[in-house]
Amino acid sequence: MITAAALAILAVVCGIGAWRFTHARWTYRAPHVAIVLWQALGVTWGLAGTGALLAYALEPYRQGVLHGLYSFICSAFDGGYDAPGPYDVPRILALITGLTALSVLVVVLLTAASQTLRARRRHRVLLALVSHDDPGVPGVRVLDHPGATAYCVPGLRSQVVVSAGTLKLLSPDELTAVLAHESAHVRERHDLVLLPFAALHRALPWSRLVRLIQSEVGLLVEMAADDAARRYCSPRRLATALLRFGTAGSVPAPQGTLGAAGTCDAVMARVQRLVTPLPDLPRRIRYAIVAFSVTLTSSAPLLWLLPFPH
Amino acid sequence: MKGLGELERSIMDIIWAQSSPVTAREVGRLIADRDLAPTTVMTVLDRLTRKGFLMRTRSGRAWRYEPAESRDAYVAELMLEALDMTGDRSAALTRFAQAVSGSEAEILLRALSELEDE
Repeated sequence: MITAAALAILAVVCGIGAWRFTHARWTYRAPHVAIVLWQALGVTWGLAGTGALLAYALEPYRQGVLHGLYSFICSAFDGGYDAPGPYDVPRILALITGLTALSVLVVVLLTAASQTLRARRRHRVLLALVSHDDPGVPGVRVLDHPGATAYCVPGLRSQVVVSAGTLKLLSPDELTAVLAHESAHVRERHDLVLLPFAALHRALPWSRLVRLIQSEVGLLVEMAADDAARRYCSPRRLATALLRFGTAGSVPAPQGTLGAAGTCDAVMARVQRLVTPLPDLPRRIRYAIVAFSVTLTSSAPLLWLLPFPH
Repeated sequence: MKGLGELERSIMDIIWAQSSPVTAREVGRLIADRDLAPTTVMTVLDRLTRKGFLMRTRSGRAWRYEPAESRDAYVAELMLEALDMTGDRSAALTRFAQAVSGSEAEILLRALSELEDE
């Protein structure tokens, strides 16, 4: 019972923590650290939430969640629920809910990953057919379109792509800044950071919290790339490039989807911290947050492994 | 000898530039690389057909090839995906920034002119 309670509390704390964390603004001063904390919260929330249900359901086995699950599967194959203790309705319900939630999480993650990979492969193939090299921007694929866009197709061999509209819109310094920003995405594999959060959003599309979290992590990833880029270019040029993109009105939207809500705030927040940077979070605090994230991430798996106290 | 991707691109460019379906022999004549073996051209045409970029119809003893979509249609598809406007199907690209609408654009424009004045 203690394990189930501990996992349930952990899940609730993660939920509340995530809610409060979406409003935190210190994250802008240390986006990399904040991303680590978001990942820790996500993993722990998933494992603790499902683990709490399973721990309660499998308590009669007195072996902990993981080993209890193994014993349950063995006995289910042998026929009959060979639990050493009494097996009642609430426990069976908890078992069904827990297993369903766990498999939904896993399946959604895998489906989202494979869909993304498929869409990316098609994008890459099309890109190879219709984009071209430009001597002005070596190593970058150019797309013949008047709209403004710059992005990277992540993968083992990531590609940075800009449109002809972008080359026209930006000054050479601004272009350098944008390309530095995109190479940071490539180097730090930000697509892998975003993938699980996008998958979670797909699993729970009605959840306002999950949507908020996804856009928050998206913004932090952009800020992390901004921070990496400013080491190689003028932050002011990066800021003007951002503003130019925001006002470019790139292409007519098919269903009026141009500019998701909050885009303006996100752009302004990034411009603000590029032009008048706040001091970095003190090293001591950054280390403390990373240490906390590591502890949090390891807590749920430990509770899964721990045999129930007698 | 150019890479296969390069070859596919130049062959697609040739076919896009034609107003009517072409045969492999005609593609071979139009291609810049004169040393290319006719079988190579045929292989690439076959690959592009299998990938769905070309459609072919029988004409006598040869196949005639035409593009499944215009070049602009593919560029537009990539742009929509790049701007995250395809709805559900997403390649999860990391994009630099997105454009905003009407009144919000004015806020950004003002910020831009302030930055440029300094």
